[in-house]
Amino acid sequence: MTATQERPADVQAEIGRDRRRKEDQRLITGRTRWTDNLQLNGMLHLAMVRSPFPHATITNIETSAAKDTTNVVAVLTGKDFGEELGVCINAWPITPDQKTPAHSPMPADRVAFAGEIVAVVVARTAAEARDAAELVEVDYEELPAALELKAAAAADENGGAIAHPDLGTNKSALWVFDSGEAGTGGDVEEAIASARTDGIVIEREYRQQRLIPAFMEPRSVVVDPTGEQLTMWSATQIPHILRFALAATTGVPESKIRVIAPDVGGGFGGKLQATPEEWITWAVARRLGKPVKYTETRSESLISAHHGRDQWQKLTLAAQKDGTVTGLKVELLADLGAYVALVGGGVPVLGAFMFNSIYKFPAYHFACQTVLTNKTWTDAYRGAGRPEATFAIERIMDELAVEVGVDPLEVREKNWIKHEEFPFTTVAGLEYDTGNYEAATERAKEMFGYDDLRAEQKRRREANDPVQLGIGISTFTEMCGLAPSRVLGSLDYGAGGWESATIRMLATGKVEVVTGSSAHGQGHETAWSQIVADRLGVAFEDIEVLHGDTQVSAKGLDTYGSRSLTVGGEALVRAADKVIEKARPVAAHMLEASVDDLEFTGGRFSVRGTDQGVAIGEIATAVFAAHDLPDGMEPSLDSEATYDPVNFSFPHGTHLCAIEVDTETGALKIRKYVCCDDIGTIINPLIVAGQIHGGLVQGIAQALWEEAVYDENGTLVSGSFVDYLLPTAADTINFDIDHTTSPSTTNTLGTKGVGEAGTIASTPAVVNAVVDAIRHFGVTDIQMPCTPERVWKAVNGGTHGGTEDTEGAAMPHFDEAEPGNSSTEGAGA
Amino acid sequence: MTRISLTVDGEKVSDDIEARMLLVQYLREKVGKTGTVIGCDTSNCGACTVHLNGQSVKSCNVLAVQADGGEVATIEGLATNGELHPVQTAFRECHGLQCGFCTPGMIMQSIDLLANNPHPTEEEVRVGLEGNLCRCTGYHNIVRAVMYAAEHGSSDSVQSEGASA
Ligand code: FES
Ligand code: FES
Repeated sequence: MTATQERPADVQAEIGRDRRRKEDQRLITGRTRWTDNLQLNGMLHLAMVRSPFPHATITNIETSAAKDTTNVVAVLTGKDFGEELGVCINAWPITPDQKTPAHSPMPADRVAFAGEIVAVVVARTAAEARDAAELVEVDYEELPAALELKAAAAADENGGAIAHPDLGTNKSALWVFDSGEAGTGGDVEEAIASARTDGIVIEREYRQQRLIPAFMEPRSVVVDPTGEQLTMWSATQIPHILRFALAATTGVPESKIRVIAPDVGGGFGGKLQATPEEWITWAVARRLGKPVKYTETRSESLISAHHGRDQWQKLTLAAQKDGTVTGLKVELLADLGAYVALVGGGVPVLGAFMFNSIYKFPAYHFACQTVLTNKTWTDAYRGAGRPEATFAIERIMDELAVEVGVDPLEVREKNWIKHEEFPFTTVAGLEYDTGNYEAATERAKEMFGYDDLRAEQKRRREANDPVQLGIGISTFTEMCGLAPSRVLGSLDYGAGGWESATIRMLATGKVEVVTGSSAHGQGHETAWSQIVADRLGVAFEDIEVLHGDTQVSAKGLDTYGSRSLTVGGEALVRAADKVIEKARPVAAHMLEASVDDLEFTGGRFSVRGTDQGVAIGEIATAVFAAHDLPDGMEPSLDSEATYDPVNFSFPHGTHLCAIEVDTETGALKIRKYVCCDDIGTIINPLIVAGQIHGGLVQGIAQALWEEAVYDENGTLVSGSFVDYLLPTAADTINFDIDHTTSPSTTNTLGTKGVGEAGTIASTPAVVNAVVDAIRHFGVTDIQMPCTPERVWKAVNGGTHGGTEDTEGAAMPHFDEAEPGNSSTEGAGA
Repeated sequence: MTRISLTVDGEKVSDDIEARMLLVQYLREKVGKTGTVIGCDTSNCGACTVHLNGQSVKSCNVLAVQADGGEVATIEGLATNGELHPVQTAFRECHGLQCGFCTPGMIMQSIDLLANNPHPTEEEVRVGLEGNLCRCTGYHNIVRAVMYAAEHGSSDSVQSEGASA
């Protein structure tokens, strides 16, 4: 009766195997379930009317013309809704006194960024809704807008514009960590003072430009209120968190809500949000009692889906003359945009633990001021806080090397934690469980041909070659696998960090795995199958992984922060182990043996020293029949585990980048990129490679191409894919990647996260390479993105970028003499 | 309203449509070909790429009426009798997709590229895919997939897909 093949014990282990993905068959044949594909009977479509102004009072909204249009069902504004509209929540108030502006999904009185929704049109087709949205007339009274981060931060002193006048300040929260106070290290001011008299002090200011996650699938949401449960389909990373947030803010009992994340086309943190669009669609569907769909255009996505990064970072590094670091002080300004998003304020705080990176700083101080402005809200973008930290420390370590006069790898090695020193408690208070920076660096150098490239660099420099070669290094680490719930609690985060898994043993011996993680490109169906196949000894093909629907996967905390494998994977392992323990007495009963004489290998219980045995699939069948089970046994092998991690995981690696810089034109060419990452045990090397490649390009893109640019009117001028420069195949190169492995000791499989590693590591490697190529022109920094124009100016004007470029930074790609660039029209849906 | 008649993945379809309707909207909303997707509103992303009369086009950049009397091939018509097209196989084999949103467009564009240049260099592949954005893969494995297809795929099936039933 069972179709399951038994797996011989000598069968190839699944973990470590480059399985082709289970997901792909559907995706390569167009048999996909994107939210926008859904059509339901009687479904209505929404179009949003958005503010073209960054800050304005809404004085009147005239909807009658739109309402009179054929097939328009309703036009609704903030005033038409009461509490059922709910609010957009901030789940992570980083300090008790954080200033958090009220955030209505559709404010009735005042808009706080260009792109904010002021009205919604409901029609029978999306095209009709969009046409009618053009007819909604909104009168605004413009208010002064807080736009530029530094100016907004100083508004208390200089009387500048206040993003939310009712708050009286743009300063949202000041979050501070001090190693002296925390007892994890010394006093940084002392370290700096003593380095000033007899050592090295390096002070730098770096800019983290504003970025846009730019997932390829525009956000889409469908709400069907016609069943007993209200169902929301959303292109989201976080179906479980959405369900909770809808219940908490819109008055619908959680048990009446079902949220489904069907196929989701990328997220990168950008779909880790509870959005106004979702809340409005929810409210309209409930109001009208009909299924409703909203799909954003790309231009809407770029102005309204949350942005990422956007910080100014001031660093003071103290060291002895030989390059031994003695202290690090970090002062950040972080632009929240118009609202404190779901985890918006917490993003820079995640970086707080990472500036010290792999180095043994004896003293550390971190302070982050979050600032409200009248721009699109910011929140997680791949790496979230850790790329910022890694960038700053890896840039300044290069500066230290220059100061000491040694190779940048040498100064790193002098200061990093040696492999024999693990586990190591850092000055930021984290315990790094494992790592081997020496091994990863050695392997990366070998792959790179480090010495040869240094020799070539020297030759070109001596020959005054117009094309100079730069070598950039990034020896990064990160903390991921978010996160131990207790740590989150101590940081005032509004939820835990556990993950859940259920394994259902079907009557035919097939297996259903239900996970609380919510993949949107990561290949969980494949990797999770590999883990369970090995653990239970069943065939890879016999496992079905279910996720992304709260009716199927009732418990979960979703996918972000490179957490799915280290946290969700461990939950899987534990659920599988429970299945085995439940099966054990049944096996003993079937084999008429004592449980103590049984061993479980390759999916089979056998009696030690005999050839008697029974496969787990056969046991599942017997349990289903339940004709002859041990007395009192519940007829089920199904098991659930919820795992709360005991620590973060700390992947690390050495990334090396060679860039050719044409000093006559400023043009850059990536010549070679090599990385050796230690991400612990690898489940599927093919998927890992894909995560690294994609991550690298996102990090490289921050270094070289991408920036969300606002003009002085508060309009996002890089508001379409014409102006926001996503890299293409023609801009990028092939990468050489490899791994060293020091398995994590905090989970059974020894895994570390990989989803964000490439992005976190690559940005400083690239910028370090660019600066290294032209340092002999007196260049010490180039502000990102390192456009040919900036590079050329740096070569021709010496030191450039960094703190000197505050003003121009607002419009680096555009001719400031041409106000025609900054159209405020067309912001309507 | 204008009446158009065309074949989509080998099947005849005919509808009254608004003259302004884009081909991609027609495919998704009228024919139910939701395998073809929309990623932008400025014809930059290539997610909507299909073949019209044997040539790759961005279907958000073509009016449905322009396809009147023509033959459209989408990702959904590529596999014949359950057999994947060699380029589809190559994408799976080389892990040329993650979320899969760009994939229909990437595959359609790659087929066109290989039809014009059956043995491209890596550089030619990269330039040939310049109009298709992917945010997940960093392109490394997409390029590898196209090279793999060039090596392993029979050029027959590469050419015959436009007429496949
Ligand atoms: S949807 Fe056609 S190019 Fe983007
Ligand atoms: S696979 Fe996700 S955009 Fe290409």
